[in-house]
Amino acid sequence: MKIICRCEDVTEEDIINAIKDGCTTLDELKHVLRLGMGPCQGRTCIPMAACILSRETGKKVSEIELQTSRPPVVPVPLGTLASGEND
Amino acid sequence: MIEKADVVIIGGGVNGCALSYELSLRGVDVVVIERKNLTSGATGRCGAGIRQQWSTEENAILAIKSIKIFEGLEKELGDDIGLKQGGYLIAVHDEKDMKQAKKNVEMQRSLGLDVNILETDEIEEVAPILDVEGMDVIGATFCPTDGNADPFKTTYAYARAAVRNGAKLYKFTEVQDVLTKNGEVTGVKTDGGTIKTSIVVNAAGAWSKKIAEMVGIHLPNIPYKKEIMVTDRVAPIFDPMVISFKDGIYFSQQENGQILGGIPPPETVTGYDLTPTLSFLEHMSGTLTRYAPLLKHINVLRQWTGFYDVTPDALPILGEVEELKGFVQCNGFSGHGFMLSPMVTRLLAEAITGEKTSLPIDRLRLERFEKMEFEREKSVVG
Repeated sequence: MKIICRCEDVTEEDIINAIKDGCTTLDELKHVLRLGMGPCQGRTCIPMAACILSRETGKKVSEIELQTSRPPVVPVPLGTLASGEND
Repeated sequence: MIEKADVVIIGGGVNGCALSYELSLRGVDVVVIERKNLTSGATGRCGAGIRQQWSTEENAILAIKSIKIFEGLEKELGDDIGLKQGGYLIAVHDEKDMKQAKKNVEMQRSLGLDVNILETDEIEEVAPILDVEGMDVIGATFCPTDGNADPFKTTYAYARAAVRNGAKLYKFTEVQDVLTKNGEVTGVKTDGGTIKTSIVVNAAGAWSKKIAEMVGIHLPNIPYKKEIMVTDRVAPIFDPMVISFKDGIYFSQQENGQILGGIPPPETVTGYDLTPTLSFLEHMSGTLTRYAPLLKHINVLRQWTGFYDVTPDALPILGEVEELKGFVQCNGFSGHGFMLSPMVTRLLAEAITGEKTSLPIDRLRLERFEKMEFEREKSVVG
């Protein structure tokens, strides 16, 4: 058993099954498996998932659309952001 | 791609997929065309709340019936939909608010809903994390059967069930034109082929307006950019979704422990831009930590954006348009499309197959805007 997404406990087998079920993009894998939704926001798992997707679908890795980059770059406490408003 | 179908649905969000399921149950040959992946529009970006506490009887009845369907959906579709009924706690800030709240509760109770006015000490019993002084409230309304569901699980469950019943689903396929002749719909042209049909359902969310333009129909819908954020997982702290119409905030703790919530950004933005803003994040954090000070220790993981497809009365546009036979609307959900989807799509499926609809939906036709016959829904949040 290979863990691909450590934050959400998603295995390689989970990903392959989701692809067999019809997922052809990283976004779909994310929606269906929660891949990349944890604290690291895909930094660990997305490159590996992209390789698995490429291997299973024949798409080139360079053709695989990555998930949209969103703020914050690292997790930030609500309190820190709140004090920004009160300045 | 198939060459013809009884019904072609444009849009693979929760409404498009739920409608395809409801039609497939009735033996209709249905096709869903989705420009990207399922839920790529508002469905996959929403706050996922489902509530019955609405200010217009129309929305309240639709919502109550929808929640009933949600409660049985896992069994019906054979897939988990992530339903959690922890209630909705709606803030009441002043006497004017309280007057409206009492009016709403009276109407909702007359429809059989279990909903009550809470005093401030009762608020802290229902959700101890809340600080009533920080919230600046004199009370709240609470309905224990409101809650949330997983929009991905729900949409995929509907889609899978529809496909099992024979429906066809084409993802990453774009509609280029809706074909008509002599005032009737005749087909849909996509970048994957043309499908002959006499019924087209416009369930394209914020892009419904653009689809309607293809046949010269004007929809009064406006896309409003909305922002939302999610935190790290924490142990269960509170059950209900908490919302305030005055502050516009909504937030809830999901099954997995993450807190999901949004608030209108300081500057209202319409149009199709999806850029998130720091000012939203600061405003959201500021208000959220005022409502629940202890949450200041929890990390924000991500923020994203999406659109509310907003109509002048914040009620959806449903049904065939007078001007073009076979062109059916299923849009304008104004920020509550997910929660109304089960009942709305059932009603539309009934209408499309010529059955008598279980609830009247004539008042929700597009033509109501020409006649200016509408009452605005007040209880919209986010």
